[in-house]
Amino acid sequence: MKILNLLVIIIFLFNFNVSNAKDRNLNSKITKNLRCLICQGQSIHDSDTEFANSLKLVVEKKITEGMSENEIYEFLKTKYGEWILYDPALNQKTYILWLLPLLLFLIGGAIIFKNLKIKKN
Amino acid sequence: MGCSAFSKKNMKTKILLPFTIVSFLFIFFILYVGLNRSNIYIPETVTNEKIPTFKVKVFNSEKELTSKEIFENDIYYLLNIWASWCIPCRDEHPYLMELKKNKKLEIVGLNYKDKVKNANNFLNELNNPYTLILSDTDGTIAIEWGAYGVPETFLIYNGKIIKKIIGPMNNNLFKEIERAVK
Repeated sequence: MKILNLLVIIIFLFNFNVSNAKDRNLNSKITKNLRCLICQGQSIHDSDTEFANSLKLVVEKKITEGMSENEIYEFLKTKYGEWILYDPALNQKTYILWLLPLLLFLIGGAIIFKNLKIKKN
Repeated sequence: MGCSAFSKKNMKTKILLPFTIVSFLFIFFILYVGLNRSNIYIPETVTNEKIPTFKVKVFNSEKELTSKEIFENDIYYLLNIWASWCIPCRDEHPYLMELKKNKKLEIVGLNYKDKVKNANNFLNELNNPYTLILSDTDGTIAIEWGAYGVPETFLIYNGKIIKKIIGPMNNNLFKEIERAVK
């Protein structure tokens, strides 16, 4: 019986750690994708300003409240705007940002392809 | 064969030069525009957002209030985020004292990451413009408001944020608030 109890406790503790680690991973994943608005060029995760520290707490709170990653992004977007996200969504303002590299890639590919064809001929 | 290869090469150089010039101009233009643009982010100051819902502790007491209870009356509210360690807060303090005289306006303070003793010293020294002071010891309430520092001020009417002031108040902003609250 004692062994069984011990086993239950160990399993419980083990599970607890796993869920905690998951939360922490999610937390750092989210805070790495948030821009620190008062320290240019740093993410919330990297920054140690008052603002960043509070925001880390808020993210932690929202995770424990059961909000998903996207819900937290949406929540912060309504408060601070799109700028707070490092990974901007595709919209009217950002389509050049998203499509230009793809376009350049295609043009470059076409040039290489053409050159190769010429060489073969 | 040789002739066509030559013309092809010729055509290539013909295309290459304008292409290089155009792409150079394009890059130059983008960098030039980017150079003149400030990359310091400023959120929109004219909003019509609803006030956030939250629970908050009253300064120097154990009492808790919800956002609804705080902004329930049919008057203008000014939420001012301040701290005793914040130097610009001292600069804007006279404006808040002046606004306190306006009977249609109620000033609510949100004490941001501060020590009770220091905050009390600050108020004793410069007087207290607030009818109610809330306490935000870990800065999470300020995040709910979309604020990112101190001082920051929000003009609220009918459960909506009408105006947002980032940084200390100045004479122009003070007059703007006076005009709005009439």
